[in-house]
Amino acid sequence: MRKQALKTIQNEASMNSKILFIGSDLGAGVLEDMKQKYPNQFLMEGVSEQYLIGFAAGLALEGYIPFVNTIGSFLTKRCYEQIYIDLCLHNLPVTLIANGGGAVYAPLGPTHLNFDDFSILRTLPNIKIFAPADALEMDRIIKGSLTINSPIYIRVGRGGEKIVTNKISQKLNILKCSTLVECKDFNIITTGSMLQAAIDISCEFKKKSKKIGVVHVPCIKPIDESKLLNIISKSKKVFIIEEHYANGGLGSSILDLLSKKRKDDLKKIDIFGIENKFYQKYGSQKELLKYFGLDNRSLFNRINKCF
Amino acid sequence: MKLQDFNHRCKTIRRMIIEMISVNNRGHYGSAMSLVELFVYLYDEFLNYNPKKINLSSRDRLILSKGHGCLVLYSILADKGFFPKKELKNFQKFNSMLPGHPEIHIPGVEASTGSLGHGLSVGVGMAKALKLNNNKSKVLVILGDGELNEGSIWEAALHASKHKLDNLFVIIDYNRLQSYGKNKYVCPLEPLGKKWSSFGFHVSEFDGHDYKSIKKILRKNIDSYEKPCLFISNSIKGKGYEVSENNPLWHHKNFESEEIKLLKKEFLK
Repeated sequence: MRKQALKTIQNEASMNSKILFIGSDLGAGVLEDMKQKYPNQFLMEGVSEQYLIGFAAGLALEGYIPFVNTIGSFLTKRCYEQIYIDLCLHNLPVTLIANGGGAVYAPLGPTHLNFDDFSILRTLPNIKIFAPADALEMDRIIKGSLTINSPIYIRVGRGGEKIVTNKISQKLNILKCSTLVECKDFNIITTGSMLQAAIDISCEFKKKSKKIGVVHVPCIKPIDESKLLNIISKSKKVFIIEEHYANGGLGSSILDLLSKKRKDDLKKIDIFGIENKFYQKYGSQKELLKYFGLDNRSLFNRINKCF
Repeated sequence: MKLQDFNHRCKTIRRMIIEMISVNNRGHYGSAMSLVELFVYLYDEFLNYNPKKINLSSRDRLILSKGHGCLVLYSILADKGFFPKKELKNFQKFNSMLPGHPEIHIPGVEASTGSLGHGLSVGVGMAKALKLNNNKSKVLVILGDGELNEGSIWEAALHASKHKLDNLFVIIDYNRLQSYGKNKYVCPLEPLGKKWSSFGFHVSEFDGHDYKSIKKILRKNIDSYEKPCLFISNSIKGKGYEVSENNPLWHHKNFESEEIKLLKKEFLK
């Protein structure tokens, strides 16, 4: 997914000299081709994330369109005030490409985990928050981001995800959610890489002659209110699955929406996320998700109990 | 400009600051008064700008990173016609265009500031953009000495030097007092010039209240040093009124009516 993000940025930069790539001491060789072909549009800065955001803001104030790429946990937690003031208050078209969404950096421990990016950024005015499910959607979102004149945060998954968004029209507005599996009564609503799990679980249920729909929300903020309210109002039960703390993320966004627009539907919602605490568990993303009950088998069993 | 005229201009700006403070009997008085002579020089003789065409790409950009010094910025912008002087009478009021820290919607303000440590990074980005555009304009960033306690300033300094931004001019309002008290007690800065020099800046200093001293260093056609420039403006916090000079209690102040009367008597006489 990250490779695709960088590839799309380079492609777009080749057609628009105002597009800049700004990295923060990323791995050797990242975008070497872009560096060679478009040296003025490739900026590799130091491990100075607070500066990085202000720097991008200064460039954007002069008409540039910067894409800033580094580890998500550093972008959100360390640079909160820079994002708030330098980007959001000025409402500048700077896109943050945040590596290591959710539990991607499981082996590296809590300093690198990113279970709280949506919750941290969600209260900032003007910002738009995305979590693509695969490389294809990453490409669409990066291209779409160029039509949005405000700060954007894009969560990047582990990479190598199976392409599951190929049924979504490439022309669909990136702010809109999509139904990948239709079902009236029971639905999973999810975002980012967890869409993969949601589709697999839906298939498992189908094998057991039970039907559950899958709705993908690539844009956490602003959330696609009308479509989600419509789906939830028709459903008997809705399961929100997210690789994020269960508080503050997609689930909370939907609860906020319902409490504002349709209180009666609140009782339909179950959120399967990560309990809000620190964990002394490492290993791999797969192991950590299993520990949180967010692997396919655990999710299947948790949802099955609610049928 | 004749020295007499310069002094008269500074007096005018100080009067405007007093008028603004008396709107709500509050404001960052000391932090603005230490900048008056510098700002009069910058806007009267140094910077290139057109108040009627505020987005002109050929303008010089000034970022007041120590945003709490906004009383002097607003006064000079109004004085130069960026917005009507009558706006000063609404300072910090509910529907005012002039809050207690500068925001970008104010004509002549290049970046919203207030929380310390932001302006230099933004200025480095602007200066880099101007370089990419082959635009010869200058970027000035005004820092407070207390602001130098922020780590982000030094992150930006490292990169300004990396990018060889000879169009970036950083000025430190070195009045040696921060909010609580003396820098040397709260967070010592010396050797200040050597620190910036070691970060790759061309460093020079002037007396921030002396026209000739400022002019000697900040010439209109300043030499290119092929690296960013750092100017230490040695100043006096609360300059212009004996009671307020070098007095940390006057950094930000809620004024008694009697104090406002005394200030008016001092500056409006």
